[in-house]
This record gives sequence, structure tokens and C-alpha cells, in this order.
Amino acid sequence: MDEDDVSVLVASLLRGDRRALARLITLVENRPRLRDRIMSLIYPYTGNAYVIGITGSPGSGKSTLVDKLTGELRTRGKTVGIIAIDPTSPFTGGAILGDRIRMLSKSTDEGVFIRSMSTRGSLGGLSRAAYDAIALLDAFGKDFVIVETVGTGQAEVDIVDAAYTSIVVVTPDMGDEIQAIKAGILEIADIFVVNKADLENVDATVMALQMMLDLSDKGDWRPPIIKTVATKGVGVKELLDAIERHRAYICETDRIEKMHYKRSKVRILEIVRSKLMDKLIRELENSGELDRIVKCVVEKKMDPYSAADEILRKLDKK
Amino acid sequence: MEEEKKIRVIIAKPGLDGHDRGAKIVARALRDAGMEVIYMGLRNTPEQIVETAIQEDVDVIGLSILSGAHMALVPRVLELLKENGVEDKIVLVGGIIPKVDEEKLKEMGVAEIFGPGTPTDKIVEFIRQRVGEIRKR
Repeated sequence: MDEDDVSVLVASLLRGDRRALARLITLVENRPRLRDRIMSLIYPYTGNAYVIGITGSPGSGKSTLVDKLTGELRTRGKTVGIIAIDPTSPFTGGAILGDRIRMLSKSTDEGVFIRSMSTRGSLGGLSRAAYDAIALLDAFGKDFVIVETVGTGQAEVDIVDAAYTSIVVVTPDMGDEIQAIKAGILEIADIFVVNKADLENVDATVMALQMMLDLSDKGDWRPPIIKTVATKGVGVKELLDAIERHRAYICETDRIEKMHYKRSKVRILEIVRSKLMDKLIRELENSGELDRIVKCVVEKKMDPYSAADEILRKLDKK
Repeated sequence: MEEEKKIRVIIAKPGLDGHDRGAKIVARALRDAGMEVIYMGLRNTPEQIVETAIQEDVDVIGLSILSGAHMALVPRVLELLKENGVEDKIVLVGGIIPKVDEEKLKEMGVAEIFGPGTPTDKIVEFIRQRVGEIRKR
């Protein structure tokens, strides 16, 4: 696989070949050098898809909701790309990606392309590969791209940064847990979904969210709370209507341009950071410099901050 | 950064039997061996399996069948792969497959068949070796 093969694959993707799309996602995930080339070829064709992020605790019904939301989008004539992200085991590097089980009926729909990805644990790795996969689905011509992540930590918050509309899914049985997670992922919600709304305590959950929203300041968009029973498709239409309202809201003024500016900046800096770190670490390891400095710290001849400064001074000299 | 590609595998259960213990054990073993396993659950159609294999760009398609319908389901999967121009995937079958059928399935293009009691290490080893050979090409 070289740069010429990549150009051929990109041309196939732009012609609508899903096998080329699948192969290119694999390449951006695994081959940093080819990735840069792929992304520069693809970039002019991106910017048409509307990206929706869905996050929530394990078992809250995200995958089922994505499945039903996709069904609703399809009845409205839209094509959909789905990126379902599951955690990588930090011990073995392996992963079981099971989100597709809830989306089987969409597997053979030509208007839908589903890709499972694992977090792969590396710094920034999750967000970058997923960003790149979004761009590929966008260039492929999907009207909507839905990114599904388990909402438990910082990395997932990053990925929702790629979305224009972020949805946080909670369930009635969470009770006081809502209080516990509010400091984390709740702030990112543009829309709340209370799924499994046929269980008891729905109204208490809705009220807890309302009270939280009363206390928070989200500008002039107050996140709506939509009750759904994803397994039965209840509330899914209302959810998509809410997404369309939020889309109209951010497109109304120059909000979306500001969003693009801010995100492009964050993205560029993130890429610079990771490339710089990769390069620096490689050089330090190859020269044995890192080993020498680490030993100095272990032997208490130097403190970690001075050690870091010494490394940074080498950067200045270049 | 080293350029290393993770092995990706689909574990699917075509047909109607509900015995997924074996499929789950294999899925876990492969995960623990550092692979990314797309687990498809029960009652998959050959069409769903092949389309998933394409979209997920997997190296290996693992089919678990205990219903006895393997001589209908497996050839259909192989046929669909061919129809879609997909020829670089390793197809493995697990479950209760009589010896006489084993040979026929292998002739059709199944890479290997793992019956009950196969140590999971053996499956891991087989996949690593085959994927390595294909990638070298």
C-alpha cells in the first residue's frame, strides 16, 4: 500500500464504493503516514454531513436509540453513517465491539454505513481516528453521521466535540446517579434523552434534569428533555425534531462558523501536539537520552520538572 | 509510532439456533489475545454477515453454527463474498460439523473448522498465522 494506491482508493470512495470507504477507515486508524495523505485528499469534500454525538452510561440504550433514530432519518430520505465506539481493554489491547447487535436491521440498508471502533487507549488516538472516520463518511456523501460513545470519561467528552448536536442519554433507574455525573458529561448535552421511559420514576428523573438545567447557564438554548422507549420506537420522532430545532438554532446566526473556527483550532493544535510528542519521544528513545534522564530522576540527582526542562531545552536548540 | 494493524474479526451466528456460549467464549479469547472482535449476536442472515464484514473491514469471519444448517448457510456466505468482490477474508467455522461436510466446506473456501473442545489458543494461533501470511502478500 503506497500513496498511489491511496489516491485510487479515495477516487473509489468519492464514486460511492463502500469497500474503499471501509479500507480507508482502516488505514487512517492504523497507518499514520498514509493517513495524512488520505485526509488531505478528502478534506475538500467534507463539510456536508451533520454530525450527531450520542453518549450515556453502558446499558442506557444508546445503540438501540441510534438504530431507531437511523430508521427515522431513513424514512425522511436521509443517508446515515454510524461510528460506534467501545472501550479497548487496557490490559490486552483487544476489544469486543457489540453495538452492531442492536443495529442488525440496518446492516443491509444501502443508505447506512456502520463502523465499530475501539478507543485503543493511546493519547488522542481515539479522538483523531474517529474525527478522521467522520470526515471519510462525510466525503462519502452521508447526510448524517452519528457517533456513539460510552460516557464515562474525558475521552468521550472529546469526541462529542466533533458533533454539532450532542445528546446525553439517561435512564429513570439512575436516580441519584444523575447528580453524580452532572459534573461530567451533563454539561455537554444539547438534548437530553430519558430512555426507558416506560419504567417507574421517569417524571422524577425529568424533574431532576429540569432542576439541574435551572441552575446551569447554557446561553439561550435550553436543552430539551425527550422521553423515549427506544426498543418500541416511542419518542424517536420527537427526538429527531429536537435535533432539527437545535440544528436550526446553531445555523441561525454565526454560531456554526464560530464552532468551526474553535474546533479547527483545537484540532490543529492536537495534531501538532501528538506529532511533536511522537517525534520527540522517538528521538529521545533512539539516542538513549530519555533513559539517561529517567535514571537521573530515579537516583534523585534531578527532579522530574528539571528533567522535563532539560528535554525542552533540546527542542529550543533546533 | 510503529505502523501495526490490529487484527479485526467478526463473530457471527448465522441461522436460527440460540446456542451462543461457544461464540462468546471464542470472542472473549480473541479479545484477550489483543484482537478487535465485532460480535454480531444471534440469528444473523448471510447478507448481514457479509455486509458487516465489508463495512468493518475485518480480516476474519468466524461463523458459529450448531443448528445443522451449515451446508446451506456457509456456502451462501461464501457466495455473497464472491459476488461482492471480497476475496481477502479468512472464513472460519465453529460448531458441530460432521467430518463428511468438513471436507466439502474446505473445498468451497472455508479456511478451517473448529469443533467442540478446541482449545482457544489453537484458534488464536491459526488466525495470527493466516493473517500474517495474507498481509505479507
